[in-house]
Formats: sequence, structure tokens, C-alpha cells
Amino acid sequence: MAVLQIKDIHKDFGKTKVLKGISFSLEKGEVLAIIGSSGSGKTTLLRCLNFLETPSSGEIIVGDESLFNSENKSRISDEEIRKKRLHFGLVFQSFNLFPQYNVLKNVMIAQELLAKEAFKKGKEYNGCKTMEQANEYIKNKSLDLLKNVGLFEKTKAYPCELSGGQKQRVAIARALGLSPDILCFDEPTSALDPELTGEVLKVIKGLKSSDSTMIVVTHEIEFAAEVADKVIFMSDGVIAEEGPPSQVIENPKNERTKAFLSRFHG
Amino acid sequence: MGSSFAVINIELLKGFWFNIYIFFMTLIMALPLGLVVTYGSMSKFKPLKWLTKTLVWVIRGTPLMLQLFVVLYMPGIVFDMPFRSRMTAALIAFVINYSAYFSEIYRGGIESISKGQYEAGQVLGMTRAQIFFHIILFQVLKRIIPPIGNEIITLVKDTSLARVIAVAEVVMVSTAYTSEGLIWPLFYTGVFFLVFSGILSLLLSYTEKKMDYYKG
Repeated sequence: MAVLQIKDIHKDFGKTKVLKGISFSLEKGEVLAIIGSSGSGKTTLLRCLNFLETPSSGEIIVGDESLFNSENKSRISDEEIRKKRLHFGLVFQSFNLFPQYNVLKNVMIAQELLAKEAFKKGKEYNGCKTMEQANEYIKNKSLDLLKNVGLFEKTKAYPCELSGGQKQRVAIARALGLSPDILCFDEPTSALDPELTGEVLKVIKGLKSSDSTMIVVTHEIEFAAEVADKVIFMSDGVIAEEGPPSQVIENPKNERTKAFLSRFHG
Repeated sequence: MGSSFAVINIELLKGFWFNIYIFFMTLIMALPLGLVVTYGSMSKFKPLKWLTKTLVWVIRGTPLMLQLFVVLYMPGIVFDMPFRSRMTAALIAFVINYSAYFSEIYRGGIESISKGQYEAGQVLGMTRAQIFFHIILFQVLKRIIPPIGNEIITLVKDTSLARVIAVAEVVMVSTAYTSEGLIWPLFYTGVFFLVFSGILSLLLSYTEKKMDYYKG
């Protein structure tokens, strides 16, 4: 069964129509790469999935739960939006690490706050019954994540002491801390010096497994071809072409896809 | 009135006690009240926003000395209920005046934090309050310490304005000696202000250094 279904998402900003009916679905463990020129609506689509923007119309379904349906006019409370958001993780182009916290705390803080809240409501947090247990669990989990992104040595460093590539790897660990169903990347390497993109792409590649579903908005066409199970080419707010990379990237049929890709092949 | 150096020192210190009192009471009340004013001036509810902005404009656009007079005389003229204590009137004027200045510094600090910090908190499932208290507030504090410090040092010296409504602060005490032909106590009051603001400057730069462990 599809872990994510997007049905006819539209998004207008005033008179500007940014998304004009986006539909696709994603199976568990699949990696979807979204490519397309700037202004085609890729980032807006990711922001809609993470509830940073509210779609003008359409439906978002995760598993068998409808997270958003424009037919349902009742106002969604902040509390509900927060719960829905936790299905998704988002890694930003500009990292957005918290500068006043060290690397480990950056990864831990959201988990700590969720645990505290769970205990306040008399619930457990990931099987932990006390805050002490939860703290231990969160710390171990965060250290493991930092090890996975190759930053075990940097846990005490502050974001201002890290390179762009290291910052982005911390941001990835931070997003993974909440174990989202679907992890989204918004041009994760666009703000990096060219020599630093490799380390970040390698980490993303390493995350690919049977149970981690990812959506990567990227300009790294080679990376998309190598890692993605499915590629969507967006143009002017619609999906111009979609399919496996062997089709969309190697043998594009759509004229706009061809024109876009020709710029990368030189 | 005695006029030995020691006696004059004690009399001036009694006066300076009022300056210190106004200083701390103003800070205790105006620092939080300024934040309330900030919320007003950043409100999405337009009438509240414009009302607050107008008030801030009036307060920042007129002399504190004038505001002291207005606060002192208003209740008597409008409600026929004059102030019993001139100190209370002085404190009200100082708190209103400094809240307006603080609120603008807070607003600048809050608006200088990038939208990305809020969004990072949001996608990590934090509530608005958690984002403000755990992510934004500290960064704002770090950025506003220097301008707030400036205002705090200004406040030390502004406390002497309370004499215009006859609060017996240090400068007013010293002018009593001037009328007796003794001029040095008036000049000497500067030492009190210098020592006090010197201690504050040290505290402020210590705080700045403490918060300097990260950049950004």
C-alpha cells in the first residue's frame, strides 16, 4: 500500500498559481526525486507536505490517514497540524540549525520537548516510562544518528564552527531524530560549495533502505538518476513527466524535460 | 544643614538612593511591559497595531521631562484625584517612557531572527510557545543586549529628571547647597552617576561575553 498519496494539489498565492494540480503516490522505502527549473513549484510542494503552506485544494494521505482534504472545511487546530507534521521531516536548503545549541542538543531538543509533553499528559515516550529513561534513550538515539552521518566527533561543536556540509549532515540527523514516515529534502546541497556536496549526497544515499521513504528536491541530476526509484519533472506548477530515472532522465519524452536536461549534459 | 564633606556625602547618598530606586523599579516594570507593547506593535490586528505604534510615537517623540509633568498633573486635572506621592508619578512616567524604547528594541530583535528558525521548529513538531522560549528568545536576547545596555546606561542619568516634579534625588539635593553658595556638591554628583554606570557597564560587557560562545 502506498505510504503517501497526493491528490490534485493546487496552491495559489493571491493571483499566482504555483501548483496547478499535482498528484502522485509513493510506496514505502521509495526515493522520489523532484527535478525542474526554479519557480516550477518544487519547494512549494514540499512546504505543502510539511504544512508550512496550506494547499488551496487537494488531498494528502499518509498510510490510511487523510492529513489534509480541502473538502473538509473545518478549521484545523495548531495542535492537529503539529501531529500531522510529525509524519514528515524536512531538511532545508539553508540548514536552519539552532545556533545557540551544540550539535548534540540540536538533534535532541525536539525529541526532549516531545517526551516532556508526553509525560505531562501521562503517556509513555517510545516505551520510556520516566524522563530519566527518555533522556537516556534520546541521547543514545541522537548519538547513533550523528555517528551515522559521520559527526560523532563533533557532538560538542556549535553550528558556527562547522562547514556547510557538516551543518547539513547535522540537520539530517535532527530530522531523523523524530523518525518521520517520509523525509523531505529541499535542495539540500544548493547552499553548499561544490566540494562539499559529495559528503551530503553520500549520507542521503546511505539512508536509503527498505523502510525509509524520501522525497528529494534536487538539481543534482546524476544523484537523482543513481538514488531515486522514481523521478518527477515539474514545470510551471504541473508534473510534466514522471517515471523511473531510466525513463525520465535517460530517455525523456517531454520537450520541456529534454530542454531542461540538455542544460546539464552541456 | 551641616556642610562637612562627610555630612554632604551622606545627604547626597540619601538623594542618590531615590535615583537607584527609580532605576531598578523602572527596569523591573518596563522590561516586561516593553514586551507586551512589542506584541501590540507586531499584532496582526491592525487597530491594535496602529494604536500601539501611535502611542510609541508620542512617547518617543516628546521629552521625558514633559511626560513627568503630564503624569503628575493629569489625575488632578482630569479626575480631580491628584497624586499623593510624587515618586509614584515619576515611576509611572519612567515606566511608560522606557517601555516604549524597550519595545522597539525587542521588535528589532525579534524581526531580525530568520523565518527559517521558526520553520525549523515547526517541522520538528514544536508548539509556538516552545519555538519562542526554546529557539527564538535566547537568540533575541543575545542580539538586544548591546542596545538594551545603552538604554540602561541612559536610564541611570535620566533618573535625575525626577527633580522637575520635586522628587528629592541627588541633583536636587545638591542644588540646595548651591543656593547656600556651595557649588562643588552639584559637580560632585557626577561621581555617583559615573560609579553606578561604571559598575553597570562592567556587568553588561560580562553578560555580552558570556553570550558570545556562538556566532549568528
